[in-house]
Amino acid sequence: MEEIFDPVCIDKEAIDSMDVVYDKTPLLTDAPMHYCPGCGHGIAHKMLMEVIAEMGIQEQTIGVAPVGCSVFAYHYMDVDMQEAAHGRACAVATGIKRVRPDKFVFTYQGDGDLAAIGTAETIHAVNRGENILVLFINNAIYGMTGGQMAPTSLQNQVTSTSPYGRDTKFTGAPLKMTELVAHLPGAYYVTRQAVNNVNSVRRLKKAIRTALEYQKDNNGTCFIEVISNCPSGYRMTPLQSMRWIEENMFSVFPLGDIKVPGKGGAVS
Amino acid sequence: MENNENVRLMKGNEAMAEAAIRAGMDAYFGYPITPQSEVLEYLTAEIPKRHGIVLQAESEVAAINMIYGAAGAGARVMTSSSSPGFSLMQEGISYIASAQLPCLLVNVNRGGPGLGTIQPSQGDYFQATKGGGHGDYHMYVLAPASVQEMADHVFEGFRIAEKYRLPAMILSDGALGQMMEKVILPEEGSLPKETPEWGTTGKPKTRERNIITSLFIQPEKMEEINLGLQRKYQALRSEIKFEEYCLDDAEYILTAYGLAARISKKAVDILREQGIKAGLFRPITVYPFPSEQLEHHAVHARFILDVEMNAGQMVEDVRLAVNGETPVYFKGRMGGMIPTPAEIVEAVMTKINVLEESLV
Ligand SMILES: Cc1ncc(C[n+]2csc(CCOP(=O)(O)OP(=O)(O)O)c2C)c(N)n1
Ligand code: SF4
Repeated sequence: MEEIFDPVCIDKEAIDSMDVVYDKTPLLTDAPMHYCPGCGHGIAHKMLMEVIAEMGIQEQTIGVAPVGCSVFAYHYMDVDMQEAAHGRACAVATGIKRVRPDKFVFTYQGDGDLAAIGTAETIHAVNRGENILVLFINNAIYGMTGGQMAPTSLQNQVTSTSPYGRDTKFTGAPLKMTELVAHLPGAYYVTRQAVNNVNSVRRLKKAIRTALEYQKDNNGTCFIEVISNCPSGYRMTPLQSMRWIEENMFSVFPLGDIKVPGKGGAVS
Repeated sequence: MENNENVRLMKGNEAMAEAAIRAGMDAYFGYPITPQSEVLEYLTAEIPKRHGIVLQAESEVAAINMIYGAAGAGARVMTSSSSPGFSLMQEGISYIASAQLPCLLVNVNRGGPGLGTIQPSQGDYFQATKGGGHGDYHMYVLAPASVQEMADHVFEGFRIAEKYRLPAMILSDGALGQMMEKVILPEEGSLPKETPEWGTTGKPKTRERNIITSLFIQPEKMEEINLGLQRKYQALRSEIKFEEYCLDDAEYILTAYGLAARISKKAVDILREQGIKAGLFRPITVYPFPSEQLEHHAVHARFILDVEMNAGQMVEDVRLAVNGETPVYFKGRMGGMIPTPAEIVEAVMTKINVLEESLV
């Protein structure tokens, strides 16, 4: 794993004499990622770890991985981590933060994890204003288990458990957890970002930085939804899947800040 | 001499809560349910004045996962519940057992199944001793029979949990939780505490990152973890506890734990007054079960009568322990009903009469 990343065939001196414009994220381990090609999880991991590295808080950070495709997030993120039961990441993070209040604590959760089985834990953690960062990866599908319908799946979206398209009259409408938690007084900073292009990714990174800076001051929960893609679950190429989220998800889950400090209550 | 500060008249649930504070508990997460709500009530009143964290969770599911998080971060943590709530915790307990996190869990057993009744029961013995959640795991399970033991077992539970890195449990019942008795509380700060090196406390440059997980996707690794757990449970046998009462010359042995053992002790006294050589064997740890210790006495007995407040759960462990060497009978009440000493005496006498008749 180590050697193959070492660019032995390249003239090292030549590299040293140049300005580095792109580097491996220092807090991502060398473990080969198991994510499908083009999956948004990798991008979100990278942005989170870049911010932690830039803030110099690796030693003070404790993360919580969910059950979902990112169950092995702890293989890739070079910080102390715990793997939670399906949906319980916010409760696990509560336990950690309450006994280690001086640490930065984050959860990293999919939409099945956070918006279906873990709805109660999520809402109550935010309502208590747990001083954590919740990073909510919404790809409108259950990736890990093979592309089943999620609470965030869109009207008419074809999944392996809605083979004729999601009938929202029968199975409910796409659940907007982020708007929901924004109404809670415990939520301090709530925003929805995406991974669809470079600009979106830059904004995502900025949001993560903002959230972790707020955590220093014990302000309450910072909640970032990330509209992401699941090419395998959608049965699409990576590019098609990015187009699909732009064309279909953004109208249901509009991007942007939903609650920002000092700007009053939740705006939708 | 007893320090007056330490001698109190308390409910079992309160004694447990006070002992937890004195044991240096860092955090308690729980959800109200009768007949154990006094634990959370006591702690929410006392902890703000003293030390530690207490948080009322939104459910037992959340509570047990907060326990997972806090224990994983190296804290001394505890939760308590009663039967329906304890059932809700089973998934989390299985994760805790697999991730090998120390913590103390209390079930103040009430009558079931279902929502059942708030009256005392021992219907959760199987759940407590055989695993409860999914997978091959056990907890170290202490079964107190007095308010004093409710307090003492808190210290013992934390000690064992941390020594072996596993969940320890107190299996109590609604009567022990609610009744008031004199208790001599353990001294504050008498249980040593260290932050474990495996906890997620933030990764310093000097070590690899710490990971708390119960996911071992390679079957070879999962088997290795399981073998490690089994070795641990084997080692736990050195921590077996039990009480022997009038067993030296006993021809008739009562086996019972917790409240049922207390009542059975009374029955032994009555039988002894009538000249019948009865004795009591009381497992204090119901997991690991004191099998050899029971067998040692059983070989000399004419029969064993197992007494429980359920349909016959521990009796299976009793039968396994004596392995057919001694007849084992059962006397139980269910659904929140408590057997009286007279009922137990009568059950013993009936069995003795059957035995005598068969010998004629
Ligand atoms: C209690 C429980 N129920 C069901 C599962 C199976 N399961 C694993 S991941 C998952 C859904 C994950 O979907 P999501 O949270 O959207 O994450 P993604 O894989 O899309 O990143 C389910 C249902 C489980 N592990 N535990
Ligand atoms: S299944 Fe979907 S979410 Fe999971 S790794 Fe593959 S693309 Fe990503």
